[in-house]
Amino acid sequence: MIKIIKPGLYSTIQDKGRVGMQSYGIPCSGTMDSFSSDLANKILNNSGNSAVLEITMVGPVLEFVYETVICITGANLSPLLNNKIIKMNNPIFIKSNDILSFGVLKSGLRSYIAVLGGFKSEKVFGSRSMFKNLTRAVKLAKNDVLNFNKDIIFKSSKINLNKTSNIDNKIVVFKGPEYDILNSSQKDFISSKKFRISNNYNRMAIQLTDLLSNTLEPIITSMVMPGTVQLTPAGNLIILMKDCQTTGGYPRILQVEEKSINSLAQLKKDSELWFSLKI
Amino acid sequence: MIKQIYNLNYHRFNSKSILISWPNLINDDVLFDVLSFKKSIHLTNKALVDVINAYSSLLVIYDKDIDNIYDEIESLKLVYSNKKKDTVESKIVWKIPVCYNDYFGTDLENISKKTNIDKDEIIELHYKNTYRVCFLGFLPGFLYLSNLNKRLYFPRKVQPDLNIIKGSVGIGGNQTGVYPSNSPGGWNIIGNSPVSFIDKDKLHKISFASPGDSIKFYPIDFKEHNYISKNLDSYIIESEVIND
Repeated sequence: MIKIIKPGLYSTIQDKGRVGMQSYGIPCSGTMDSFSSDLANKILNNSGNSAVLEITMVGPVLEFVYETVICITGANLSPLLNNKIIKMNNPIFIKSNDILSFGVLKSGLRSYIAVLGGFKSEKVFGSRSMFKNLTRAVKLAKNDVLNFNKDIIFKSSKINLNKTSNIDNKIVVFKGPEYDILNSSQKDFISSKKFRISNNYNRMAIQLTDLLSNTLEPIITSMVMPGTVQLTPAGNLIILMKDCQTTGGYPRILQVEEKSINSLAQLKKDSELWFSLKI
Repeated sequence: MIKQIYNLNYHRFNSKSILISWPNLINDDVLFDVLSFKKSIHLTNKALVDVINAYSSLLVIYDKDIDNIYDEIESLKLVYSNKKKDTVESKIVWKIPVCYNDYFGTDLENISKKTNIDKDEIIELHYKNTYRVCFLGFLPGFLYLSNLNKRLYFPRKVQPDLNIIKGSVGIGGNQTGVYPSNSPGGWNIIGNSPVSFIDKDKLHKISFASPGDSIKFYPIDFKEHNYISKNLDSYIIESEVIND
């Protein structure tokens, strides 16, 4: 069991999300950077769908009541155990009353804390991913309690650690269903521009600062997914992310490849990105 | 009856999914063709995560990267040409109680003023029609309905309401629907339904309605709305099966 002493900026329990439920209007949710969350679970020999804690920019302060083993991956939020620096991407042995805290954000945006056996929080529609109006908790709050199974024996895994970082500003994309409605100068703009992320970004969507003026008609409501890049009449480019709605009425001009969604999860305000179009 | 054959567009949506598009129309013929293709795809042995539909499109999501996109598109084209021509017209009509009044219908007054239609007539025009459930989206359990009376078309709000309450029945442009949970939104609210639109205890069929079903709203008073709200556990949504 863990007591939340401080919740951090935006900390949620996430797993692989609600897969196969989009036809009910249920967003898929799940970890924003699945490369990093998968790595944390693999290092602990957890099953792939074990729930992790996703933390954003400012980390929480957590008090462990029981002993366990954890692993921290993703962005470097300067993790500390009892105020001593600990290694990321490694199993960390936790004793009763240990305090996990974080310091300065050194790179990236989102970090993952996996625990042996995974966190055991409320499951709704087959997933523990926190989501408004589905799970009771939307994000961690002070004095919350997080549960995990304390009777699991740790078996170390032989894992190849040559790739632990997922930060990439090159975003690989497919043409979206409405890509060909764009004229050639609009297409050039998308392929050549170095875009910047605005201050409007979260688990639902990332809005870019640069505008692409257009006179595109809205489309009749159709499917969207995490990675869909929409173009609004006002010229905003919006990249949908894991908590996005399942349908939308704006033209879909690009679709970000799954691996690049992981990269996007680590970018923040003023981060640069460019699109690389898959033929 | 000879049903129309549509010229479909196939598009690689991402490495694991293909988007199939019909002409951009909102009508039963297109919808039932979409649903019948959806059903046929489910009957194949393809390894799928999901097949999702909207008004005039289908998104086929595979459980791993598609090896050869052209081959897979040809395979889907074959499924379409081989599918049974009789469509999957659903015969279920769900009866949904709605309390239409100024208390719940916070925009009734405004719609009445702007359209010059009496509130009573607005309400009658709304519950008189039988609506088609086209698909679910926007929010868990939100049903996109078609067949709204043209006189009730009303533009979405420029500034969305920050908190529309669960059960709110609204009109947005040429569409009508019910908010299944509290949410910000831009639709104009004319009433409230106390029934549940999502069942969190299920993993399949979390909504009582499926694409292709029909819905008919019927007016209830405040007292009945209150009663149903307090006794949701024992409330069963009525339905009728249309006989030919």
